[in-house]
Amino acid sequence: MKKEFEEDLEANLTGEEEVQHEDAARRSWFKRKKKGILTSTADKKETPEGLWNKCPNCNLISTTSDLKENLFVCPKCSYHHRIGSDEYYEIVFDNNEYTELFGNILSKDFLNFTDLKNYQKRLDDIHAKTDLKDSMRVAVGKVNGEGIVIACMDFEFIGGSLGSVMGEKFSRAVDHCIEHRLPFLVISKSGGARMMESAFSLMQLAKTSGKLSQLSDAQLPYISLLTDPTFGGISASFGMLGDLNIAEPGALIGFAGPRVIKETIKKDLPEGFQRSEFLLEHGFLDFIIDRKLLKDKLSQLIILFKN
Amino acid sequence: MPQYPNRQFLDFEQPIKTLYEEIDKLKQTAEKSKIDMSETIGKMEGAIIEKRKEITSHLTPWQRVQLSRHPDRPYTLKYIEKTFSGFLELHGDRNVKDDKAMVGGFAQLDGETVMVIGQQKGSNTKMRQMRNFGMANPEGYRKALRLMRLAEKFNKPIITLIDTPGAFPGLEAEERGQGEAIARNIYEMIRLKVPVICVIIGEGASGGALGIGVGDRVCMLENSWYTVISPENCSTILWRSWEKKETAAEQLRLTAIDMKGFGLVDEIIPEPIGGAHWDYNDAAVYLKKYLINVLPELKSIDPNTRINQRIEKFGKMGFWQES
Repeated sequence: MKKEFEEDLEANLTGEEEVQHEDAARRSWFKRKKKGILTSTADKKETPEGLWNKCPNCNLISTTSDLKENLFVCPKCSYHHRIGSDEYYEIVFDNNEYTELFGNILSKDFLNFTDLKNYQKRLDDIHAKTDLKDSMRVAVGKVNGEGIVIACMDFEFIGGSLGSVMGEKFSRAVDHCIEHRLPFLVISKSGGARMMESAFSLMQLAKTSGKLSQLSDAQLPYISLLTDPTFGGISASFGMLGDLNIAEPGALIGFAGPRVIKETIKKDLPEGFQRSEFLLEHGFLDFIIDRKLLKDKLSQLIILFKN
Repeated sequence: MPQYPNRQFLDFEQPIKTLYEEIDKLKQTAEKSKIDMSETIGKMEGAIIEKRKEITSHLTPWQRVQLSRHPDRPYTLKYIEKTFSGFLELHGDRNVKDDKAMVGGFAQLDGETVMVIGQQKGSNTKMRQMRNFGMANPEGYRKALRLMRLAEKFNKPIITLIDTPGAFPGLEAEERGQGEAIARNIYEMIRLKVPVICVIIGEGASGGALGIGVGDRVCMLENSWYTVISPENCSTILWRSWEKKETAAEQLRLTAIDMKGFGLVDEIIPEPIGGAHWDYNDAAVYLKKYLINVLPELKSIDPNTRINQRIEKFGKMGFWQES
C-alpha cells in the first residue's frame, strides 16, 4: 500500500496535535504542499453522524458511519485508519462486552517538567478534552468465547507515549493474566517514550520486559500487535518481544523515526521503508493481519496455544 | 592521558587554561633570568587543582553533559585497560559483522574472571568514524548479548560500561531490527543467572544505553548523564528548536545526583577533581574500588533470588497516582 502523505510523528509526542494540524492545514490550503486530511483519525471519531471522512491514502470520501461499518478500513484502498482503544475493543470483544482494569491509575507530574507547556497542565487539558485517562487501557473479555486480556494504546493521548502509567498498567495486566491463566494481547500505537517523565519513562522498558519474563515462565502466550505508528521505546521493548509479533497492513514501525534517519544518513528513504510489509520481509513479524480478520485470527491463535 | 599543552578545554574550563598559560610564562621568565621560581610555580599548580575543584562544584546540568563528552575523557577501552588486567577482546555477533562501537571480552578484576562489555568511542576523527561515535548497530547489541550468554554459561559476572549518544539511527540498523535487538537485550539481561553491574561512564542516552544497562546494580560516574533522550533531541522535539538544549538538560534531570535521588541508579562513583579526563588512573581506581566492593555481595545471592530482585528493582520504578 502506497502512502503519499508524510506526517510529523514527533509532533504527536508533544501532545499538541491540534495546534500543529491546524497550522499545517492552513499552510496546505494556500500552498497545497500536503495531500490528504491532516486531522488524526482519533480526532475524527467524535464527529457527528453524516460528516464526511477522506482517506489520507487514496482520498476516497466516505461518511464516518460507513467507515465505521467497515472497521475504519478504507473500502477502496484498504488503508487502515488510526483508531483508539474504544474501537479496537468493539471490534475484538464479543458483543463489545469487557471489563476495564486499572483505570484508576493516573499520570502525575512528579518532575514538574515544563517545556513549552507544563506537563501537569498538558495532562489536565487532555483529561478535560477526552475521556481517556492515559495512553493505555487494559481490559479483560472474550474473543469468540475465549478469555483474553487486551492492553491497547490510544495515540490521541500524548502520542500514545510510554510513561509510568503505561508501565504500571502493563505490569498489573501481566499479573492479571498469570492469576487468571489468560493470554495477553498488546495493541501498540505510540511515538515512543514520554519525554516529560524523563528517565522514569526509559525504565518502563526494563520494567515491562521483566514482567514479560514472568508471563513467559507461566507459559502464557503474549501477542504483540503493532499498528500505525509504533516507534522508539515500544519497539525497543515489549512491542518486539511477542511470542508472536503481528501488525496491521501498512503500519509505520521502527526504532528511530524517519526524520532522524533521513537527517543522519542524508539520503531519501526507500519507498515502503519501515512499513509492516518491510518488517515482514526482514523477518521481524510473524504475519500481517487485516483488521477485518483480526478477531477470528485472535481466537484461532488462543485455541492453538491452548490445545 | 594528554598533558598540557595537548589538553583540550571546554569553555567553562578556560580559567584553568589561563593558569597553565601563566605557568608557562613564569617558566620562560625563570629560564631567561635564571631565577628559581619553583615555589611560585608550585603554588600555581595548586591553584589549578583548586580551580578544577571550584569549577566542578557548581556545574549546570548542561555543563555535566559537556563534561561527559569531553574530548579528553577516558572511554571504555581505557577503563578496561586501567581497571582490569588480561583483557581478551572477543569479536562479532556470529550473524552479520563485528560492531566496532561495542567492545567486550573476558578480563581479570582483582584476580577474578569477569566479562566486560561497553560502547566505545574514538579519540580522533578517524577513530570516531570507525567507532561510529559510540552508536551501536543491532549487531553490536547482539554481540553484547552473545558475550553475556557466554559469561552466564561459565558463571562469570558481567560488567557493562555505558557511553553512547544513542543507538545508531540508520537505514541498515532498521533493516536489521534495532528495536528488536535492544528489546531482546533488555529482556535477556533481566533474566541472566550471573551478577550484572552496569556503570554509566559518559553518555547514557535512551534505549541505546539501556540495551546494555539492565543489572543488579546500576551506577553512574559523577559527571555522566542518563536519561530517555539526548538534551538536543529533546529540545528539537519539545521546544521545536535545537537552541533549548540547556533548558532540556535541566528539565530532564539527567545528572547522577538527580538519578540517585530518584532511586533510578544505586550509586555515584566519584571522579578525579575536575573530571575523569584529569586523571585516568584515579578514575579507574574509583571504579575498581566500587566493583570490588559490590561484587562479593551480589555473588552471595542465589541466582533465582537475584533475578527476582532484579525484576522487582525495575518493577518499582515509576510514579503515578491512584484515584
